[in-house]
Amino acid sequence: MTEHTHDTGFAGLRLVPKSDTSYKMKDFKSDQEVRWCPGCGDYAILAAFQAFLPELGVPRENIVIVSGIGCSSRFPYYLSTYGVHSIHGRAPAIATGLATSRPDLSVWVITGDGDGLSIGGNHLIHALRRNVNVNVLLFNNRIYGLTKGQYSPTSEAGKITKSSPVGSLDHPFNPVSLALGAEATFVARSVDSDRRHLTSVLRAAAEHPGASFVEVYQNCPIFNDDAFEPLKDPAAKDTRLLRLEHGEPLRLGDGRGVVAGEYGGLEVVDVASVGEERLIRHDAHREDPGYAFALSRLDRPAFEHVPIGVFREVRRPTYDDLVNEQVADARAERGDGELSALLAGGDVWTVG
Amino acid sequence: MSKQIEQLDRVVIRFAGDSGDGMQLTGDRFTQETATFGNDLSTLPNFPAEIRAPAGTLPGVSSFQLHFADHDIMTPGDAPDVLVAMNPAALKANLGDLPRGATVIVNTDEFTKRALAKVGFAADPLTDGTLDGFKVSAVPLTSMTVEALAGLDISKKDAERAKNMFALGLLSWMYNRPTEGTAAFLKSKFATKPNILAANLTAFQTGWNFGETTEDFAVSYEIKPARLPAGTYRNITGNLATAYGLIAGSRRSGLPLFLGSYPITPASDILHELSRHKEFGVRTFQAEDEIAGVGAALGAAFGGALGVTTTSGPGMVLKQETVGLAVMTELPLVIVDVQRAGPSTGMPTKTEQTDLLMALFGRNGESPLPVVAPASPADCFAVALEAVRIAVTYRTPVVMLSDGYLANGSEPWRLPEVSELPVIEPGFATAPNGPDGDFLPYLRDAETLARPWAVPGTAGLEHRIGGIEKHAETGDISYTPANHDLMVRTRQAKIDAVDVPDLEVDDPSGEAEVLVLGWGGTYGSITAAARRVRRTGRRVAQAHLRHLNPFPANLGEVLRAYDRVVVPEINLGQLALLLRGRFLVDVIGYNKVRGLPFKAEELAGALQEVIDRD
Repeated sequence: MTEHTHDTGFAGLRLVPKSDTSYKMKDFKSDQEVRWCPGCGDYAILAAFQAFLPELGVPRENIVIVSGIGCSSRFPYYLSTYGVHSIHGRAPAIATGLATSRPDLSVWVITGDGDGLSIGGNHLIHALRRNVNVNVLLFNNRIYGLTKGQYSPTSEAGKITKSSPVGSLDHPFNPVSLALGAEATFVARSVDSDRRHLTSVLRAAAEHPGASFVEVYQNCPIFNDDAFEPLKDPAAKDTRLLRLEHGEPLRLGDGRGVVAGEYGGLEVVDVASVGEERLIRHDAHREDPGYAFALSRLDRPAFEHVPIGVFREVRRPTYDDLVNEQVADARAERGDGELSALLAGGDVWTVG
Repeated sequence: MSKQIEQLDRVVIRFAGDSGDGMQLTGDRFTQETATFGNDLSTLPNFPAEIRAPAGTLPGVSSFQLHFADHDIMTPGDAPDVLVAMNPAALKANLGDLPRGATVIVNTDEFTKRALAKVGFAADPLTDGTLDGFKVSAVPLTSMTVEALAGLDISKKDAERAKNMFALGLLSWMYNRPTEGTAAFLKSKFATKPNILAANLTAFQTGWNFGETTEDFAVSYEIKPARLPAGTYRNITGNLATAYGLIAGSRRSGLPLFLGSYPITPASDILHELSRHKEFGVRTFQAEDEIAGVGAALGAAFGGALGVTTTSGPGMVLKQETVGLAVMTELPLVIVDVQRAGPSTGMPTKTEQTDLLMALFGRNGESPLPVVAPASPADCFAVALEAVRIAVTYRTPVVMLSDGYLANGSEPWRLPEVSELPVIEPGFATAPNGPDGDFLPYLRDAETLARPWAVPGTAGLEHRIGGIEKHAETGDISYTPANHDLMVRTRQAKIDAVDVPDLEVDDPSGEAEVLVLGWGGTYGSITAAARRVRRTGRRVAQAHLRHLNPFPANLGEVLRAYDRVVVPEINLGQLALLLRGRFLVDVIGYNKVRGLPFKAEELAGALQEVIDRD
């Protein structure tokens, strides 16, 4: 295990050693055959991720991918780093133990809407609130793929699936809203088909010290094809996708923009009718998650306007740093523990 | 004025009161005084799960029983010789356990009409003959305490709360206990509250003086120190010994200890204790649930830490999925299950031995893992260390089955020499092991069948593991029928081959025809019962299993060497089922599930009945 620290340029990798090797994308491909369905959005995400990893500048052996169960969770097998393909929903918990005891690792959790929001919802929100230094990528295809097509916690109400022949009764989660409700310090969203945007979000997530949550809209061509089509149609793209840039006004491509609404909400209006100066400038660094939450609500109903990019990026001490600080403090104060002294603590007596 | 001192060889005292009366603290202090004095001892705390059950009610009674002697003893005692009853509820709840002739010290201040009615005493048991045949000392404990503290600037409530120290002072006088430890303890506990400190010290001293001066107590007793093997001793509970054993395991393996845990009775004290020892590099993670506790521990183990999780039955159930992943990924992991009465929530503060089959078989698939069980509170140290040794050496999850009785009970512990504790070699993989210079994460050690433990940060050994069946060498996903069969058998063979010491049999006569075989926390009761049986002139052999999986290699031979084998368990026959299935030996079960340890007397009776059979 490497003890020395090195500045890689990524604040989130402060304690991870810097690599001497200059990696290429192919260095992060494993020898395993990729076995997703043809046309699956996961291919694009994998390619973007493999192409991005060399940018981290850390040794391949110091990267660990932890996943749960589901199509997305096959991810670790296709990367030449260390990896754990664990059990359904538990990846955030496993990654918490790993990241807390090994601050010299870059830890990535790969999960999906079923894995991360249904069976593993509890672990996800707790990892986020603790601000463990892990990057969580949640591939949201709004369906259960690996079990062959049941509705997921992000499926729209009324969805007809194998397990909901007359329509799902569940009100869906908005993953970004959920992460913000857990006061995640980094929350972003991207789309599988926009490699450039996805890479920029991955970069920002890796940069962030603490828990990063990234929702990636991902198409499942078999069980939920075209779920995100409204956002991919070239004509509709500009009117629906709200690209978030810190410090820039919130503006859609068709002359509309976002202004403050009633009760702390946000509203989309014609810029011309209200004046340029009323447009809200995106501020990802606001301590209060309320604004980012309001942003996350703009996608209703059904992809009317969907913010993508970094909703929130604030700094708070990371859980692993705090844990290790307490250990260091205890050692500074009491010295390295002495086992025989510990055992002989308390009231002792001697029998001759 | 000097009073008569009578010599005794052993005494059993039970302190009983409301759960807010501080009986556990009183018992604990008396125990520490007794330990410092050098008696052998054994304790049995017994308290409700409710933090403050309604005052004065039967469910709210909390008690602490202590057995101490001038010789080595095995149990907290079947029945108290002395009962200290702080209120009518405490008297009513415990009276049935008292043999005639026992001493009863009651706090008469609490014997009001209302308090008596609350627990269904129609008349005052102190005067209606209920206590005929007992030696009753009626002491107005509360009012004497309040009176003694009249000069102090404290509330009446705080003054009344010090009555447990009055009782402790009185009992300390009666049994000639050294008091310096209690004075030092109070000074440390109430360092920032000088008035409360003064109240407790004064109450304690007043209780002592009361014994010394009043004519109600004509005699005090002396129990000479026990002749224990030479060494340095301390009194220790099972949970504390478990925490120390885990730290020792961390030190002797050089692996930093990572505990992932979720609070649960009666295991939480291990979490509490470990969280205090960060100078040993211990990281404790209080997880959002039982599943995350074990998950984080397994994640830490993947990173090269000593991953540990602690729990009790209801939490163990939840962890099993992750334990299965640990079986599959073959990573070291220690799971401490402090068993309690079940099923479901059961009786959280009461003891039981009912998780054995769950530990062995409570996972999907063929999912073998080693199981160890401590025999006594102090033995938890050695067994926790043994669990670490097996887990690290064989890259496997190991379950340690403690129980509520061991966890909270205490006994003297002879401190081990640290240098004599086993050294545990993690043997991390550092270089590729494959023929082509590649890394094969499931290529096994020929002797232990353990796979290499290659931790992230090691260049050239990058690999992926998970819950899916994997190829026997490469670790790549494999659904091949022959490979799965091989892997199932190999995982089993690895656990079967864990080196376990032979079972030792204690048979002083060498001619016993009946063997009594136990496991876990019943060791004390069984040993005491065997001694009783032998004192009647009968012969009985005794053996106790610390390794429940794999069994000691000579177990079958031992079982077959006796005409009859009695297996006492605080369950309905879980070890018995295993023994019958494995060895085709028709063992005789002795089973009681009352949430309490066996009484030596009842067990001795059961053994005698088997021995005397034609």
